[in-house]
Amino acid sequence: MSLLEIKNLYVEVDNHEILKGIDLRVNAGEMHSIMGPNGSGKSTLAQVLARRESYNVTTGEVFYDGKDLLAMKPEEVACEGIFMAFQYPVEIPGISNAYFLRSALNAIRRHRGLDEVDAMDFLPMFREKLKLLDMDEKLMNRSVNEDFSGGEKKRNEILQMAVLEPKLAILDETDSGLDIDAMRIVAKGVNSMRSPERAIVVVTHYQRLLNYIVPDFVHVLVNGRIVRSGGPELALELEEKGYGSMEAGARQATSA
Amino acid sequence: MSSNLNTIRDLADREYKWGFVTDIEEERVPKGLNEETIRVISAKKDEPEFMLQWRLKAYHHWASLERAEAEPKWANIKYGPINYQEITYYSAPKRKLSLQNLEELDPEILRTYEKLGIPLEEQKLLAGVAVDAVFDSVSVATTFKDKLAEIGVIFCSFSEAVQKHPDLVQKYLGSVVPYTDNFFASLNAAVFTDGSFVYVPKGVRCPLELSTYFRINAAETGQFERTLIVADEGSYVSYLEGCTAPIRDQNQLHAAVVELVALDNAQIKYSTVQNWYPGDKEGKGGIYNFVTKRGKCLGVNSKISWTQVETGSAITWKYPSCILQGDNSVGEFYSVALTNNYQQADTGTKMIHIGKNTRSTVVSKGLSAGHGQNTYRGLVKILKGATGARNYTQCDSLLIGDKCGAHTFPYIEVRNSTARMEHEASTSKIGEDQLFYLRQRGLKPEDAVSMIVNGFCKRVFRELPMEFAVEAQKLLSVSLEGSVG
Repeated sequence: MSLLEIKNLYVEVDNHEILKGIDLRVNAGEMHSIMGPNGSGKSTLAQVLARRESYNVTTGEVFYDGKDLLAMKPEEVACEGIFMAFQYPVEIPGISNAYFLRSALNAIRRHRGLDEVDAMDFLPMFREKLKLLDMDEKLMNRSVNEDFSGGEKKRNEILQMAVLEPKLAILDETDSGLDIDAMRIVAKGVNSMRSPERAIVVVTHYQRLLNYIVPDFVHVLVNGRIVRSGGPELALELEEKGYGSMEAGARQATSA
Repeated sequence: MSSNLNTIRDLADREYKWGFVTDIEEERVPKGLNEETIRVISAKKDEPEFMLQWRLKAYHHWASLERAEAEPKWANIKYGPINYQEITYYSAPKRKLSLQNLEELDPEILRTYEKLGIPLEEQKLLAGVAVDAVFDSVSVATTFKDKLAEIGVIFCSFSEAVQKHPDLVQKYLGSVVPYTDNFFASLNAAVFTDGSFVYVPKGVRCPLELSTYFRINAAETGQFERTLIVADEGSYVSYLEGCTAPIRDQNQLHAAVVELVALDNAQIKYSTVQNWYPGDKEGKGGIYNFVTKRGKCLGVNSKISWTQVETGSAITWKYPSCILQGDNSVGEFYSVALTNNYQQADTGTKMIHIGKNTRSTVVSKGLSAGHGQNTYRGLVKILKGATGARNYTQCDSLLIGDKCGAHTFPYIEVRNSTARMEHEASTSKIGEDQLFYLRQRGLKPEDAVSMIVNGFCKRVFRELPMEFAVEAQKLLSVSLEGSVG
């Protein structure tokens, strides 16, 4: 059984069809990259998997760990082990990063029938992850994402992923707005999370992140459909030829 | 979005837990207000002549105001006419004339306070807090009195202060809020029945938090308490007040007055967690909370700090203020005001800078949910002589849902060109983005809202004494129940 199985998924936003029949299987231990030009529906797919409610699924099914994902609420999805790194992380003024993350961890632990982690046990673990992502300890006490630079916000997302240890991580354009040093650090964090029990889906516009995070599978999403799937070499082909060739291919496929 | 909105709404609709009634025999004066009512109240309390005369002057002043325009009309609140002849002005549990210790207190009253989480038996109390319990019109018990007396701190009911310390009462009563101050302050001066009195002598740092817990129990009564706190030179005191009332269909009037006086180098910290019955979901019933609170920094280097968390009452009309008369004196106002369902609040502060180098800080956090209307109204006034005065004001509003309102009326009057003023203001909405972000991390919608709200109020909560801060956070999440939406 695949960890994630998407079957013939159609999605509308504001009565506008964005995804037009997505099929995708992701197994534990795999890393997938979903690539595509702006407006192709990449982020929509990520948001639907995280169960954002403003997205309207018109047709199709999604199974996560054998369960009907589309019947779950966002917090249930999170507690069941799906984590999404946001393209635009949100600020929560007045709430420290450490407090926020411990609350999230404990919500997930409660859901799984585990004991809550107190502040004393949480701190050493938090510090270790901070180090992994080359983040300043001061970040623990700063308000969530408030006055963070773009790069800090993205690193903070990966930090949260490292602490929450999801089964399925979806990275929505985590590379956008990162300079090369920050990209290396983020990649190091993501690579450290690879494990046989975990699947990672990297949604990105550019190939450059994939120099540091090498996926097992690459899928090209154009105009709401996956037009090609392949190995990491597909990303390099895209880098060389651009999305244009794929779009042309997609048009041919449709008219054929 | 809509399901997020519904969750916010559900969250705001949790029940008011303090709404029970204590069944107890009460002694009341007949409904209505006239000169005779005042005389009866004064006689019941066996007051000296100066008190009766002061009350009568206040009554006549109030009566003239009532004939003219009655309540002040400038506030951003709406309510039907109040019939002052339909209110009972004195209601007290029947009891022995003088209460020597807690064993003599009616066990029903003791149980009431226990139920409210305010045990009056001293050994059960939080370490470091002394409590004066006011039940309807009278103070029923004051704890740790003897311990405080050893260091010269007077902490007792107002009635007792009138009997035992008439000189102090006569000297300071009305010195900050005169009986002519406003309609409700005049009414209070005429009919006030009890309250707390604190005097901290020179150089004494009061080792306990002093606290008054106000409880309205009887129906169709008004509660008019008066608190007077005097901090003598170089002293310090921290004072807390809490309040609750039973659930009733009728609106009940609460018109209190608080006066604070800080002499040279003295500091008073006054914290309020106000949780009067707010009315039901349709806006029926609830307390009309018309309160005048003012502190005077009379001495040099003195400091008065107000912190309030206002979650209850159908209507809140209060402006805890500071008169910064002494040079280098400091005034502070930290406020969280929440309006949910059909609650209305018009609250804020006045900072009057008279002395040189006086400083004031105003931090106001207004939360509106349901159909709640929340108004911040503040005045910062720098007088001619207040050279080097400074003010910092921060005024933020958070909206939960799309049927509530937030309004801001800041007034600034500067008569001295050396003054420095800063004013920051913001209005934000708990957005779908914030909620989704927190839910994606595993938090339930109600916990997500509570986290956003607590973050928003943090600057104010950290001014509260520890136990109160925890209480305030809980109260806020209860008061918001059903509002996620």
